[in-house]
Amino acid sequence: MTELSAHLPQFQHGQLTENFPDNHLCNTNDNSERRRHDNSERRRNDNPESETNGQPQNRTQQVVEQDEEDEELTLKYGAKHVIMLFAPVTLCMVVVVATIKSVSFYTRKDGQLIYTPFTEDTDTVGQRALNSILNAAIMISVIIVMTILLVVLYKYRCYKVIHGWLIISSLLLLFFFSFIYLGEVFKTYNVAMDYITLALMIWNFGVVGMICIHWKGPLRLQQAYLIMISALMALVFIKYLPEWTAWLILAVISVYDLVAVLCPKGPLRMLVETAQERNETLFPALIYSSTMMWLVNMAEEDPEAQRKASKSSTYDKQANQIQNEDADLDDGGFNPEWEQQRDSRIGPLESTPESRAAVQALPSNSQASEDPEERGVKLGLGDFIFYSVLVGKASATASGDWNTTLACFVAILIGLCLTLLLLAIFKKALPALPISITFGLVFYFATDNLVQPFMDQLAFHQFYI
Amino acid sequence: MTLAVFFGCSFIAFGPALGLCLFSVVREPLRVIILVAGKAIEGLVALSEDGCSPISIQQMAYVAGLGFGLMSGAFSMINLLADALGPGTVGIHGDSQLYFLTSAFMTMVMIFLHTFWGILFFHGCETQRWWEMVAVIFTHLIVSGLGSRVRQAPSQDPEGPSGALSLSCSLPALPALWCCQLGPTVAFSAISFLFSVIGGPPFVPAGGRCPGAPAARE
Repeated sequence: MTELSAHLPQFQHGQLTENFPDNHLCNTNDNSERRRHDNSERRRNDNPESETNGQPQNRTQQVVEQDEEDEELTLKYGAKHVIMLFAPVTLCMVVVVATIKSVSFYTRKDGQLIYTPFTEDTDTVGQRALNSILNAAIMISVIIVMTILLVVLYKYRCYKVIHGWLIISSLLLLFFFSFIYLGEVFKTYNVAMDYITLALMIWNFGVVGMICIHWKGPLRLQQAYLIMISALMALVFIKYLPEWTAWLILAVISVYDLVAVLCPKGPLRMLVETAQERNETLFPALIYSSTMMWLVNMAEEDPEAQRKASKSSTYDKQANQIQNEDADLDDGGFNPEWEQQRDSRIGPLESTPESRAAVQALPSNSQASEDPEERGVKLGLGDFIFYSVLVGKASATASGDWNTTLACFVAILIGLCLTLLLLAIFKKALPALPISITFGLVFYFATDNLVQPFMDQLAFHQFYI
Repeated sequence: MTLAVFFGCSFIAFGPALGLCLFSVVREPLRVIILVAGKAIEGLVALSEDGCSPISIQQMAYVAGLGFGLMSGAFSMINLLADALGPGTVGIHGDSQLYFLTSAFMTMVMIFLHTFWGILFFHGCETQRWWEMVAVIFTHLIVSGLGSRVRQAPSQDPEGPSGALSLSCSLPALPALWCCQLGPTVAFSAISFLFSVIGGPPFVPAGGRCPGAPAARE
């Protein structure tokens, strides 16, 4: 479910935002939006009395005029944003595949999570199919329940609960899971390590991670930590979900993502709309953001008040996310949280940029001249995780080995391209899972069963096509 | 096998293509997208075709061809490279010892060929010259046919493990292999390259068409 929300221009011109909330949910084409804002503002200067009334009409005129130019720039900036997301998604998948291929721990079957109680080691194929369907159903119900719980908590402003939950979740992820990961890597490469050095390493890694993700930190470091925790979570999924269950869960989660984000009564959509009504940011800690420059644009109307408000609400939301994640520790639960977070991103208005701005102490004098190209895109960590689960499972269990892995990787990137394209066209929050996961699943099964035996024979006979 | 074999073969097969990528594709996000998604984004590119296209049709042909070539090369080569990292001896049953090397060279040539075929095919489609498209398909078939010709020279039973073994044992000596398969393939590749250059280098700035594009790009 990720929406790529790329901009905050809504807050730049506080009065403008209310006029067209629909268009500005999630845009990656900041430039076009900005131009519209700029034009509107110019007109506003000319006719100060017709601000709110005249803007819709002005807006439509401007939209018509600027459409052609917008298309061109939309294409360019959209392409740039797509590339800005290619790199982290690729990196996360590379980390997961490299780990799966080298560390045997994550392909060894050591039991299952409590969310998938039915075993797949059954006598008949029918029984196995039934068990996997039941497992997937239980997992999805857990996710739906968690999502609704989060929405309820958020609606009734139980920020402390959410905040605590998110903190505990990310603590667990940054310390415990990375400790296990490091231990397994050492075992694989037969590296001798003492506990004191290990404790020091894990402590530093975890504390810096908590600071970067929940407070302030260099952008690249924060991005790196988000990618690492997504990869860790994906590895947990790959290890503890049996095969058929994993594929089924991927398929059902994409459908759920589609429904939850686009249906009017979907929990994620409600979450986003609530966040927008309150002008708050949603769960910034669990959203990958490609840039922090946005904030500069925010500094137009009463930046101080905005920053303070966003900061506190940001922490609350972050807590929410962590809390949700925590419950799912063993696993499944994370999904709803992350999905929610993704939704929140859509709201994007302020979310990360504000807190970051305060954090980064960016200069507030270069507001109007801020390059629109600097605005980034946001993608939910849940999307990273499920993309990596798909590619990791493909590399772990496919007979085609690298052919299948490569095919799934390309399929996910193509899906991401198309999702961003749709985002540029529709300019509203969109789920990022369905298209990519559908392509990934189709490519996985097609390549594994059809293409791989063919390529094998071709390579064996050195026959090139 | 050794790491040297792995790196050597992967650089032989993918070096030139990755060099092409690095120097001409990576800097332009639109080209990267077309490299990955091919013609899927064609519609999007057409959207902005109001006299000022951010990417010319030749560039798109080049990048799409390069993308197809890279994918085909990767699919051919990647399992071989993974096996090259593991234990084993090439040709221990009497096959050619240069199996990896020849595969790497063939892959490199195929990547180039796909790139050139892409350019030629796009050009043929654009200028309505059917003979170009037919030539591309024809040479493609010939190049693939070369491989099967060479393999079927000694007619053994290709089925079964013993059949496969004897088939591979009767592979022609290396010079013959190179003459019959690699040589003509390289020749076709060179010819296609020349034709595509005649058709126009992919990165001639479409200055006449869109004066604003270069400025707008940066």
